[in-house]
Amino acid sequence: MRADRGTPVSTGRRMLMNRGFLAVCLLVTTLSVVILSVLIVSIATKGLPWIFDTAAFKASFAEGGNGMGGWREWFRTGFFTDFASRRANQAGIRAPLIGSIWATAICAAVALPIGVSTAIYLEEFAPRNRFRRFIETNIRNLAGVPSIVYGILGLTAFARMFGLFGSDGAITIGDPESIFYFALPFGQSVLSGGLTLMLVILPIIIIASQEAFRAVPNSLRDASLALGATKWQTVFNVTLPASLPMIMTGAILAISRAIGEAAPLLVLGVPLFITTTPNNLMSDFTVLPFQIFNWAGRPQEDFRGLAAAAILVLLVVLLTFNGVAVFIRQKLHRPLS
Amino acid sequence: MLKLHRTSTLGIVAAACLAAVATAFATSPQAPQDLKSLKGAIRVDGSSTVYPLSEAVAEDFSKVAPGVRVTVGLSGTGGGFKRFCEGQTDISNASRPIKKSEIDAAKKSNIEYVELPVAYDGLSIVVNPKNTWVKSLTVDQLKKIYSASGTAKTWKDVDPSWPADPIKVYSPGTDSGTFDYFKEVVVGKDGKIRADMSVSEDDNALVTGIAGDINAIGYFGCAYYFENKDKVKDIPIDGGKGPVAPSAETILGGTYVPFSRPLFIYVNRKAADRAEVQAFVNYFLDNAGELADDVGYVHLPADLYARAKKNWADRRTGTQMSDEKGEGKPGTLAELYK
Repeated sequence: MRADRGTPVSTGRRMLMNRGFLAVCLLVTTLSVVILSVLIVSIATKGLPWIFDTAAFKASFAEGGNGMGGWREWFRTGFFTDFASRRANQAGIRAPLIGSIWATAICAAVALPIGVSTAIYLEEFAPRNRFRRFIETNIRNLAGVPSIVYGILGLTAFARMFGLFGSDGAITIGDPESIFYFALPFGQSVLSGGLTLMLVILPIIIIASQEAFRAVPNSLRDASLALGATKWQTVFNVTLPASLPMIMTGAILAISRAIGEAAPLLVLGVPLFITTTPNNLMSDFTVLPFQIFNWAGRPQEDFRGLAAAAILVLLVVLLTFNGVAVFIRQKLHRPLS
Repeated sequence: MLKLHRTSTLGIVAAACLAAVATAFATSPQAPQDLKSLKGAIRVDGSSTVYPLSEAVAEDFSKVAPGVRVTVGLSGTGGGFKRFCEGQTDISNASRPIKKSEIDAAKKSNIEYVELPVAYDGLSIVVNPKNTWVKSLTVDQLKKIYSASGTAKTWKDVDPSWPADPIKVYSPGTDSGTFDYFKEVVVGKDGKIRADMSVSEDDNALVTGIAGDINAIGYFGCAYYFENKDKVKDIPIDGGKGPVAPSAETILGGTYVPFSRPLFIYVNRKAADRAEVQAFVNYFLDNAGELADDVGYVHLPADLYARAKKNWADRRTGTQMSDEKGEGKPGTLAELYK
């Protein structure tokens, strides 16, 4: 460009700059990968002994086996099936792991339909006027709001319901032990938690879905409308399927964020120690990030190992979610033209 | 036992059947058959310092009374009291006595509470192990180092015989109860702590920081010192009667002044009528000493547990740690808590 404006740059120098830029990019990429690897390796070395009993693992090889035969000997199932304990070797993540799965599932089940519907309305139906711009600006701003603020909103709207129904479980339907038990207001239940997490990720899902709809070529919509399909039929049969892979990517990234959130749930008053797992929407629950945070801050070295092990589990859950997203995207992806 | 029986029956004379349950548990708190058949839910929330102790009690209690669901949160002492004063929790963990604003909030929503001390937590003042010059510190010297108006920039400023190297000051986060407590002892309620400190919410990070800096000084809960004796060196504190190092004995004996603080639980008076809450608090007071030592705190002297048990049996409400105006009274737990 500069050459056009009359400051000649030799080919040799341009090539040098090209190589220099490449080197910088490579350096930055390597650096981030190295930092990530160091983190993962240090967490793995600290945490793995709490998931796999290394001494028993070696012993199972020493006896001439392939290490798999007596996996119960070296795989510490207790870490997944036990509740929290003050004794590190008896502590497990049963309550936070299952609680995290419940809360995230509720969050996804509510956030996806609402988020995608909002995006459909904004992109396909809403007239392009000031009102729409106002809503879009708001959603974009909401995506940047710290999650702890959503915690305060969740506390007022879901946990207390603005005090309309008195204190926790003032109005109840059904037997507390039954799966259909329901109460108003929601209190510190897993439903409150899931809905609060939903608030956190809703703007992200809406924006991702909007981008997905925008990426669908107008020629497809025009073709559908020209064949006499209504707008609704076009959205449902043409636009939505075409944009689904991109929506899924955005949604999974959003849900991955929800799993890692602790701040909004802390505001909600979600407890950490609990010896039950949820059996209905009104059950008490706790989540993995809480347990990790608490263990990491304990004075005893052993608990930091447990924290590392819980981080590994959280990473595996996250990677599984991302894997599912990649799989769905590959499965659904069809060339658009 | 006889007296206990009488008082708890008197206390709930209006509800005869409830009183029968109450006396049953007050006189035989460890009857396993009774505990096994108990049902219900108990909500505990509050201080993250008390959390490990409450977790330990709840863990063991859930084994003897599997029908009772105990949940323990960690909203912090202030956050816990906020929920407690709105009637959302049955028991509030606190690493300091209830404050005036919280007393008022409880009064406003007609919440009465029983105040029960459960353990001691000491603060350790520590330096780098390579620091050979500091043998002990007085509170005045700490004030020189930590207060905003303090003049000490180098160790020499604190004591002329020490080297002229700059002091690197470490402290727990300013939102923590540990910071509050330290601040009140060192610079007083209205004093200011200096701003140029290395601050971390994670006490383990403080340990690492102090272990790697020869000119560092910092403080945190004794449990963190007991676990890291090889990485940091504790400094005996001279409270006027010669230097005293923090240990289970000195904290328990009350000689490690003024850096040992009591930890409390506050029980909602209304919740105290529920059989499962009675059983849980009885269990808490019976086992707090042993479990406190287990999780890195220091048990109270036996007579303080006895006083707590008596106050619990009498359902004595209100705080003894502050006067009518809500101002904290000066003095140790043993002097104030009757």
